[in-house]
Amino acid sequence: MTTLLVALAGGAGALTRFLTDGAIARRNRLRMPVGTVVINVTGSFLLGLLTGLFALSSADSSGAMVKAVVGTGFCGGYTTFSTASVESMRLWLAEGRGAGIGYAATTLVLGVAAAAAGMWIGRLLG
Amino acid sequence: MGVSDDRDLDPHPGSPSGARPPVRPGGGALRRSPLLGVVIFVGGAIGTSVRSLLEQAAPARPGEVPWTTLVINVVGSFLLGLLLESLTRTGPDEGNRRVARLGLGTGVLGGFTTYSTFAVETVDRLGLQSLVVGLSYAVGSVVLGVAAAAVGYRLARRVFGHGAGEPTR
Repeated sequence: MTTLLVALAGGAGALTRFLTDGAIARRNRLRMPVGTVVINVTGSFLLGLLTGLFALSSADSSGAMVKAVVGTGFCGGYTTFSTASVESMRLWLAEGRGAGIGYAATTLVLGVAAAAAGMWIGRLLG
Repeated sequence: MGVSDDRDLDPHPGSPSGARPPVRPGGGALRRSPLLGVVIFVGGAIGTSVRSLLEQAAPARPGEVPWTTLVINVVGSFLLGLLLESLTRTGPDEGNRRVARLGLGTGVLGGFTTYSTFAVETVDRLGLQSLVVGLSYAVGSVVLGVAAAAVGYRLARRVFGHGAGEPTR
């Protein structure tokens, strides 16, 4: 049951990513693909929040199920490492090494900071 | 509407404008062709399921490098670089090729790889006891991911040749 829900949530996450990225790209005037950064940062925050909230849940609790479906499923399907890698590489090729490294580093720092903030807030609430 | 509403896998982001006509689907494309949404959904469900099963089979151990996520993200980056450049090399982004890009790229590989789990695993390892592990994991994943994407990209160029009007690198 959880396996099926994780799969469906993953599909919903991927579709949300596609629509979010399209909506941001329509407004983006920068030379950097900002959509993937926004997606990975917000998704990392949400997974951090769930991780903090359900840090003490036992493996068979409803909290663990929510974390599996929304965290592993939705957040996992929503965020993407492969597109971030490919976009860094393309920026490197098109705009130079600084742009590629800057894009990868920005995503990394903001993503990890968002996850940390989410975990901290989740623990306070949990 | 529909001029540039899909930058998620834009073949040439940041390249000089006019280098290539913008043929991009997006929210507008889904309204015109809802099947693309189904393709992305199914692909995302498959990719997410495979990752979930692998993570269950070989879960990350506290304080150690999360090898499963690392391998998933690096392999997925290689495959996406290979897929996108292969599609770009062999024809325009329409019909079955667009279905392949959105289903396999945006869907399967996007769902298979994950930034959120990577970020949370990194934070978990940034404590004093495992600071070196956390930093190595974070920087190592990103460097290996970009390198793997470049290997896939170059492999596709080698197999399918250089497209017309493309700068040789």
